Amino acid sequence: MNIIVPVKMVPDLVEELTIDPGGAALDTAWMRLILNEFDDHAIEQAILLKERVGGLVTVIAPEAADVDDALFTAAAKGADRLIKLTGETGSINSHALARALAAVIQTETPDLILTGVQAHNDLDGQVGPLLAESLSMPYVGYVSSVKIENRMATVKKEYPGGLLAEFMVELPAVLGIQASDEPPRYVAFTKVRQAMQATKIEEQDIGELDISGSAAVSRMFQPEVKERAEMLEGDSDAVAARLVEIMQEYGVL
Amino acid sequence: MLATELDERLSTSQVFWNSLMEMPGGEKIRQCIQCGTCTGVCPFGRWMQTTPRKIIAALRMNEFEDILASDTAWMCVSCYACAKVCPQQLPLTDGLMFRLKEELLLTGNVPTELQLALENSRRYGNPMGESPKKRSAWTEGLDPPVPVLRETRKPVDVLWFVGDFASYHPQGQQAARALVKVLRALGVNFGILGPDEVSDGDSQRMAGERGLFEWLAIRNGAHFMRSNFNQIITTDPHAYNAIKNEYPSLEINYPVQHYTEFLYERLDQLKPLLTKKISATVAYHDPCYLGRVNGVYDPPRELLKAIPGVRLVEMSHHHDSSLCCGGGGGGMWLDGFQWDQSKSRLSEWRIREVVISKTVEDFISVIGAEDKNRRKAGQPTLLPEETILAVACPYEKPRFTDATKTIEEAKTVRVMDIAELLANAM
Amino acid sequence: MSENILVVTEHLQGRVLDITYVMLAGARRLAEQTGGKVIAVLLGYKAQFLTQDFGADKVHSYDRPSLEHFSPDAYLRVLEAEINAEQPRAVLLGHTTIGMDAASGLSARLHLPLVSQAQRFDGSNFVSQICGGKIMAEGPLPEPTALVTMVPGGYRPEDGQGRNPPILEKQAPGLEGMRVRLSHFIEPEAGDVDIAKESVLVSVGRGLQNQNDLELVERLAKDLRGTVSASRPLVDKGWLPTSRLVGKSGKAVKPKMYLALGISGAPEHVEAVTGSNLIVAVNTDPNAPIFNVAKYGVVMDMYELIQALSNALEQEAHAA
Repeated sequence: MNIIVPVKMVPDLVEELTIDPGGAALDTAWMRLILNEFDDHAIEQAILLKERVGGLVTVIAPEAADVDDALFTAAAKGADRLIKLTGETGSINSHALARALAAVIQTETPDLILTGVQAHNDLDGQVGPLLAESLSMPYVGYVSSVKIENRMATVKKEYPGGLLAEFMVELPAVLGIQASDEPPRYVAFTKVRQAMQATKIEEQDIGELDISGSAAVSRMFQPEVKERAEMLEGDSDAVAARLVEIMQEYGVL
Repeated sequence: MLATELDERLSTSQVFWNSLMEMPGGEKIRQCIQCGTCTGVCPFGRWMQTTPRKIIAALRMNEFEDILASDTAWMCVSCYACAKVCPQQLPLTDGLMFRLKEELLLTGNVPTELQLALENSRRYGNPMGESPKKRSAWTEGLDPPVPVLRETRKPVDVLWFVGDFASYHPQGQQAARALVKVLRALGVNFGILGPDEVSDGDSQRMAGERGLFEWLAIRNGAHFMRSNFNQIITTDPHAYNAIKNEYPSLEINYPVQHYTEFLYERLDQLKPLLTKKISATVAYHDPCYLGRVNGVYDPPRELLKAIPGVRLVEMSHHHDSSLCCGGGGGGMWLDGFQWDQSKSRLSEWRIREVVISKTVEDFISVIGAEDKNRRKAGQPTLLPEETILAVACPYEKPRFTDATKTIEEAKTVRVMDIAELLANAM
Repeated sequence: MSENILVVTEHLQGRVLDITYVMLAGARRLAEQTGGKVIAVLLGYKAQFLTQDFGADKVHSYDRPSLEHFSPDAYLRVLEAEINAEQPRAVLLGHTTIGMDAASGLSARLHLPLVSQAQRFDGSNFVSQICGGKIMAEGPLPEPTALVTMVPGGYRPEDGQGRNPPILEKQAPGLEGMRVRLSHFIEPEAGDVDIAKESVLVSVGRGLQNQNDLELVERLAKDLRGTVSASRPLVDKGWLPTSRLVGKSGKAVKPKMYLALGISGAPEHVEAVTGSNLIVAVNTDPNAPIFNVAKYGVVMDMYELIQALSNALEQEAHAA
């Protein structure tokens, strides 16, 4: 089984996000990047499938701060090949990334492509379905379980209310992962360091950047807060007493 | 050599055994006489299928796989109780148990709570997953501001290594602010690393992540090198232990003291400043990494005795028999797991001791007996009523405070860091 | 080329999903700008009855047995045909498990620009909510036909309702050779309790450190005569069953009081609680987005608050 996992780094929301002086983009000076959480699940799902049915796992990511670390961590978990897309990746969007990935993947023969169902900073759509269309492959998103048998993937797609739907998908296909079968595993630092020695990151230039398909942003801003909550002050006992009052007012008690 | 690389001819037991022999002092483990004292003194021994004695027995019987299959090694809180009492003085805590936890980590057998703490340490330099930029946010509002060495660029006498919990946890921050007051009253010229500081790494090390520990230590070391100071003091014993005993092997060598040692050296100067009376019975809890591991027992006690109104008592487990709060060796992040296994918390055990020691002291003291009569008659008593558990490690305050809330008789026991008590007495 | 706005309506197991009405409301606002009509697109099987309360000028209905339930492949083909036929100014889809599966594929297939996570329209600008709700991005609606996936929060579902819009039956393109087939639905575990019907919910998020601390939360919920619910992270960890999940993939709730403990307030969670009568939030981060939705907020460690509140309730009980 040849599995390809496109991943990317996104702004870490633990830090404060600020708008740059131009007013239409995020300030990247203090921005910390982290592997897109759903892509982390995609990597885990790929490794689980490799452990179950055998095969090769290739992880591909566009160049960004700390991406090497994320790639070596994937290798430490069991990924076989690491590819980094280099070039003008600073302003890459989902459309451009999908095009760049399609160019690289055309020469491979994947059976399955797993990628995170979305990223929080996606403004122009999701890489998974865009990529699927470029490769003329079927796509199902919001997948939280994958089984492979006889060139078919059996996946569970999430719907509201905890409802799931089981779909049969002909391979090769692209799946948008919401959650892996098992939560992403822990990998010891020593193993990541070993991976840094043992694995080489292949580089591929993305060539001409084509970001068409997205909308121009004229302004970015922090959401106006219509009505911020009334903050209750004081020590825990004072706050608790006030809460009891409020609950009585609202007929909860 | 990692035991995960299985040599065809060697069994899992032999591979692990070899890895133990390669550790400094590791050959001593051959001398285990299987007496079981380690299991007996271990606070969680009853629930561990993998106490030191059993691990060594399994290795000798070529049955190490059984040990690896169990996850009860994570009950070990690296408190050094076993290492202290072992008649053969085997390196049990930082040798055997550390190597076992490392092995479990390498095979992915790690409780998810701990996994998150380790991943956060790697990503954010602290196990809580808080923003590194906010590491010195606790100093906001302090006037004059606490010097952050990278900004002030001035040489100081003392570099204060604040630590994760004192930086980010509300109760730890209280202790930190109290220490600022005491240091200032003594005119100490100090500074902190602020956002440049990362976790000392000691607990991560004892949880099996040697690699992560080294990565964190090297980062701290680089910032130490760029700063101009004479010595380091730490808020917590874990950082003290790391910087004193482990960092030198990474070529990071600085004189370091726990803040209680530092203040004790200046007791002549400090004592006259302690003018406010604190009427209380105070029990001091010896933290594992200050007491048992590094032999620092007297300075904290002398500091407490210098506070007017304090009546210092010893609990039944004290000095090197002190009971661990349960926070070491990764235990700080394994409460769920350890509760599931044992349905008990070491911190609660300790709090019960506080309650008992006061009762026992009262009972045997004549004045105590007299006080009982006075209380009955509604007359003022002679002995202080308040009971305080004094701690010297920020891990302990939240752990013990939680315990005081779940034990009925302990509701009036206050848990305070020595720094706070000193600050309150000024 | 028309100035019409198409809305790809969503339905599941015989009921219309709320996002449909949100989109219809948004479409109406947009149509006022462009001067076009709002056309609701329905793909289904004998599902025309679902459109009775759509606030649309008309409905384009594609009725086929193979369209009874959503399937990404089928939707792509039908919508491709519809968009080519209509050449609308904009196509609104849900930023959901249904809409997202189709939107990007359509963008690539038809070479049409796509805007994601749009919350509302300002004049003829889109306003999208990204980065966990922390950042808003605004821009002119791209031409010639803009594909837009929408999130709730900008419009009230009521504003997207209407009465019996006329239905035009349309011929779907051939649907043979689908590479994705729905096998069956898997209903969620019945669970002990239906949180959507509860009057008081004590909800926990990442702020809960250990699984056994749930005991404390259960006790508080009991004292308040309510039930424990959770946001996604705890359900993913298996600490609570899916039946307790509040959020986009879980349930939308409308209790008398929603007490959010250690929940940051990401959009996928918040969208499911806005129907609550009273929201009280407790979080150690004063900047947590949940404080923009709650009526009352407390910046405090949730454990401290649980302790104090339990005590206060005990005292109340004794006093009463």
